[in-house]
Amino acid sequence: MNALLSLPILLPLLGAALSIGAGRSRPAQRVIGVVTLTAIAVSSVMLLVRVDRDGVASVQSGGWSAPVGITLVADRLAAIMLVIAVLMLLAVLLYAIGQPGAESNHVGFHPVYLVLSAGVAATFLTGDLFNLFVAFEVMLMASYVLITLGGRADQVRSGMTYVVISLLASTLFLITLGFVYGSTGTVNLADLSSKIADLPSGVRSSLAVLLIVVFGIKAAIFPLFFWLPDSYPTAPTPVTAVFAGLLTKVGVYALIRSQTLLFPSATRPGTLLLVVAALTMVIGVLGAIAQNDIKRILSFHIVSQIGYMVMGLGLFTVAGLAGAVLYIIHHIVVKTTLFLVAGLVEQRAGTGQLARIAGLARVEPLLALLFLLPALSLAGIPPFSGFVAKLALVEAGLEAEQYVVVGVSLAVSLLTLFSMTKIWANGFWGLPQTVDRPAEEVGRSGRALMFGATAALAGLSIAIAVASGPLYELSERAARDLVDPSAYIRSVLGS
Amino acid sequence: MTVLMAVVAAILCGCGTYLVLGRQLSRVVIGIGLMGHGANILLVFAGGDGGSPAFVGGDIDDFADPLPQALILTAIVITFGVIAFLLALAFRSWQVTADDEVEDDVEDRRIARQSHESPDGGNGS
Repeated sequence: MNALLSLPILLPLLGAALSIGAGRSRPAQRVIGVVTLTAIAVSSVMLLVRVDRDGVASVQSGGWSAPVGITLVADRLAAIMLVIAVLMLLAVLLYAIGQPGAESNHVGFHPVYLVLSAGVAATFLTGDLFNLFVAFEVMLMASYVLITLGGRADQVRSGMTYVVISLLASTLFLITLGFVYGSTGTVNLADLSSKIADLPSGVRSSLAVLLIVVFGIKAAIFPLFFWLPDSYPTAPTPVTAVFAGLLTKVGVYALIRSQTLLFPSATRPGTLLLVVAALTMVIGVLGAIAQNDIKRILSFHIVSQIGYMVMGLGLFTVAGLAGAVLYIIHHIVVKTTLFLVAGLVEQRAGTGQLARIAGLARVEPLLALLFLLPALSLAGIPPFSGFVAKLALVEAGLEAEQYVVVGVSLAVSLLTLFSMTKIWANGFWGLPQTVDRPAEEVGRSGRALMFGATAALAGLSIAIAVASGPLYELSERAARDLVDPSAYIRSVLGS
Repeated sequence: MTVLMAVVAAILCGCGTYLVLGRQLSRVVIGIGLMGHGANILLVFAGGDGGSPAFVGGDIDDFADPLPQALILTAIVITFGVIAFLLALAFRSWQVTADDEVEDDVEDRRIARQSHESPDGGNGS
């Protein structure tokens, strides 16, 4: 059990070190990357099975007991997030290997990608607010490098915005940590859970709001989302896909974890989160409608979709949180697939500008199918995974009698469908246009890898829809742990 | 002492915020550095007033809280690394644009202009 908890963090770091050593040989780096991520995928699936069967698992690294030592905890939410994140990282790595560009031109791609994986895994598994900060920094540091890989002028410009915003959020996180430690004398999450309850309500609410702001910047909720559509589209496709699928969801995970575990149920800022959720959905989708570039449209959709997850959290009921968890699972897979498809479109047509591409459905029918499946899923059309996830959220909202936010979420679904139709009608329908510049040369095996990875993720999204019954039950069990964190606290503090 | 340090942290964060709001990258980098210092001071004084060195003899009751010191040590290292990266990025930005200013998002400006020109929002086709 100990090994299962630490492997997802240790293996990628070890892999990164080996990968730096093998810097001269790209094939060796590829083998290391794929083997490492496959190994973590296997170990995290085992972890999920174990945690689902036996309940929360925790490890005190270094042998120091709970509030003092470094705690790693896996409950159902953490294990689910880990599994889906690692599967996605693996698929995107295969895509990156197939695509000419970022991966083959830069020695640093593989090591940094593995460090990113380690940071993400550490964020999910840590049981300590300060180590959450460290894990965030590991992940962000790797993301700074990946987003500016290539050093083009537009990448440097947008990368600068991204780095500065992330740094400000980190500084604010550090300040919040100072306040938390100053008022409670501990940074262990389970220990904080009991100690924060004793604080005066003013101090407690300000800590809650500070944490919402800190994680809100990372998760790109309204009004803290403006950096995202600016910085994501300029990065190489595999990098954008990982960021879009994963990094904001890590923020959402931290938001869910901190709000459910740290603050007693009577004082949770439900209304605030619901208002923020509704505004995030609306502003994000309106932004998407105004755009003309595929990657930018999709980037604004990330913001809009974050609203749905925050809505599930804001309800603070078992059904709401279960809906949020299911939505995150669906969203990570679907969003990544869409960005990979956008990369394939850019590869084929030489541009992502909708005005300059047309008729892709005739030239590349397979590509059109790969776009259509996740696009309909994102909009929430049955029988795809988006429908199941949205249905769960809407039912939870109706049960909690939050009719306004439910209405907003349904209207936003329609607008999402509208902007997906815009990409479809402009880019895929019509007569094929002559391309501005010839598509980059992709070998047969590279093409097979890129399409294979994208198709695998699209297949995973369909599998989520097919297995939605058991998955919803799993999410519901995870949500029950979140609403009543006593098992989590017992596992860490051991009393 | 704690109050004095809280004031110092506030001044550092204030100056940092002012600098970060500027458009020149060199100012932004210095601003981020100042805010980092402010946060670190806040964190180390979150452990209460100072005392005698921990773990090397003396009375347990006089120990200074060692945990915040360990925490800021980590935080300082992280801030240092990130600022080094930021400087490298600023240098690269100066190399490619020969300027020290953060530019606007071109695509964003273009879309904003477009919606001013055509009242239907214009989807570019």
